[in-house]
Amino acid sequence: MAQFRYLRYFTKRYPLTVTGAVIIFLVVMVSLAAPLVSPHNPYTLNLTDRLKPPGSIYLLGTDELGRDILSRIIYGARLSLLAGVGIVGIAGLFGIVIGSVSGLLGGKVDQAVMRLMDIMLAFPSLVLALALSAALGANFRNSILAIAIVKIPVYVRLVRGQALSIKERQFVKAAQTFGAPKVWIISRHIIPNCLAPVVVQATLGIGEAILIAATLSFIGLGAQPPAAEWGAMVSMGRIYLLDQWWYASFPGIAIFITVIGFNLFGDGVRDMLDPRFRN
Amino acid sequence: MSQLLIVLLGVSLVTFLVSHVVPGDPARMLLGQRADAQTLENLRHVMGLDKPVWLQYFDYLGGLLQGDLGISIRSQRPVLSELLTYFPATIELTLFAMGFAVISGVGLGLLSAAYRDTPIDHGTRVLAILGVSTPLFWLGLMVLLLFYKHLGWLPGSGRLDSFINPPTQITGLYVLDSILTGDWVALKSSILHLVLPTICLGYIQLATIARLVRASMIEVLEQDYIKTALANGIPRYRIIYRHALRNALIPTVTLIGLTFGELLGGAILTETIFTWPGMGKYVVDSISFLDFPAIMGFTILVATIYVIINMVVDLLYPILDPQIKG
Repeated sequence: MAQFRYLRYFTKRYPLTVTGAVIIFLVVMVSLAAPLVSPHNPYTLNLTDRLKPPGSIYLLGTDELGRDILSRIIYGARLSLLAGVGIVGIAGLFGIVIGSVSGLLGGKVDQAVMRLMDIMLAFPSLVLALALSAALGANFRNSILAIAIVKIPVYVRLVRGQALSIKERQFVKAAQTFGAPKVWIISRHIIPNCLAPVVVQATLGIGEAILIAATLSFIGLGAQPPAAEWGAMVSMGRIYLLDQWWYASFPGIAIFITVIGFNLFGDGVRDMLDPRFRN
Repeated sequence: MSQLLIVLLGVSLVTFLVSHVVPGDPARMLLGQRADAQTLENLRHVMGLDKPVWLQYFDYLGGLLQGDLGISIRSQRPVLSELLTYFPATIELTLFAMGFAVISGVGLGLLSAAYRDTPIDHGTRVLAILGVSTPLFWLGLMVLLLFYKHLGWLPGSGRLDSFINPPTQITGLYVLDSILTGDWVALKSSILHLVLPTICLGYIQLATIARLVRASMIEVLEQDYIKTALANGIPRYRIIYRHALRNALIPTVTLIGLTFGELLGGAILTETIFTWPGMGKYVVDSISFLDFPAIMGFTILVATIYVIINMVVDLLYPILDPQIKG
């Protein structure tokens, strides 16, 4: 009962954050239960039911091969979540390692690393992601890798800044006096102490990551047919836009809602953990 | 200036890595999987791929300095000259989107700072979250569906109606050229064609600008000199426009440089959706032809423009804010 009251208080105090959390929860649930909740098989062709408008059999209509759009959106949640979490996961991991090493070592290594990061940030992110993903070869995995690489500098800068201040703290100085190896200091002191801001940044970054992944799929560099991926579905639906509006519309709404969920939640997490952003 | 050169050198290093090292075998990438060994070997030699990597980089850099961005696979023409034919269309769209985003973004930011915690303020907050969450490519399609198909208010593709001749080329920006040549028919048509792509492209950035202006305005409004002005009985609107706004706009200038990069990136999508004949549409078309030199040429050109714009913004900064010495 007490927990319920707390939940109610929380919902009242942070309505947007809770809305975000609920959206994320629903999307995760739907993607996990995809085989149970999707009314049709997302890959089964049914040429007699091509481009059917939304109706009682196909709630959101069908595509040009007669596949059920609702079922494909449900399965698409898996790919988008995978993309979002995969991108911030890879970028965060590399960011933590590179940033903490660079911050701790300082000097020439640090300078070189930071210059490289500055140069990567000199590209508009979508443009660099596009070029990298084209160079790696157009598929879903490579598009995730490309976006993750483009996002690494964000985490490197964040972690390095943290590492610079942590390495001046007493406990690190003490460890150094006792002759602790650098690997030990990085893994036992620096990384654990800079995780909180990385988690906040990662939470905030998932929405954007999902958006860029869908964008690359839309322009043909991400998930390839017949994958049920939201951006790719909008891309195909574009051909039929003026006569079969539902095809491009619904997968786009799915992206929109999911990204809003992550952005609301991410904003809320940041506000709660960082008092500077309150109000 | 030397800093600009270092960054541009860095940019060339990154594009070199992406185009020569990441793909593993650029020659194979150009010729496709079915090419025979001899042709492959010949091309590797012609492209200098049998040389050490650092030598390849110098060749590449030398080429870039002479404006050599490679040959397009699709058209067999130099990539640079292809890009330059599409360049004015992209710049026109980007400038309009920028104008739209900055004017309405600053306006909204100002309103929400002046009317803090009122429905106006909450409204821009919602708009900001929607702005960063909307897939630009989907927004474009929805706008097209509503304003072009259902309402029929505005054209949905191209830069001019098909029966109108483009204005005499001076800058390549149709709006400017038709004003300069007094071609009012083309002017009307080109402005109408700009409306939808401009709004779509600018909308995503509008919210970011509005939030920044709001934050920096609120910070300024809490300064002592504002309180002094208030205590002296100067009317509130006058304080906002004469005292606060000027100081609050300084951080926004930096954002404008950054926004330009985002807009150039966004142009890829907007141009594709609205069949706007610019560099963005060109690069997306190149993707389906696996025209890698074209993709890389676009990347280099956009990064260079982006770096230069940000450098110009940095130079403007001390002029706008005398407290900062350049």
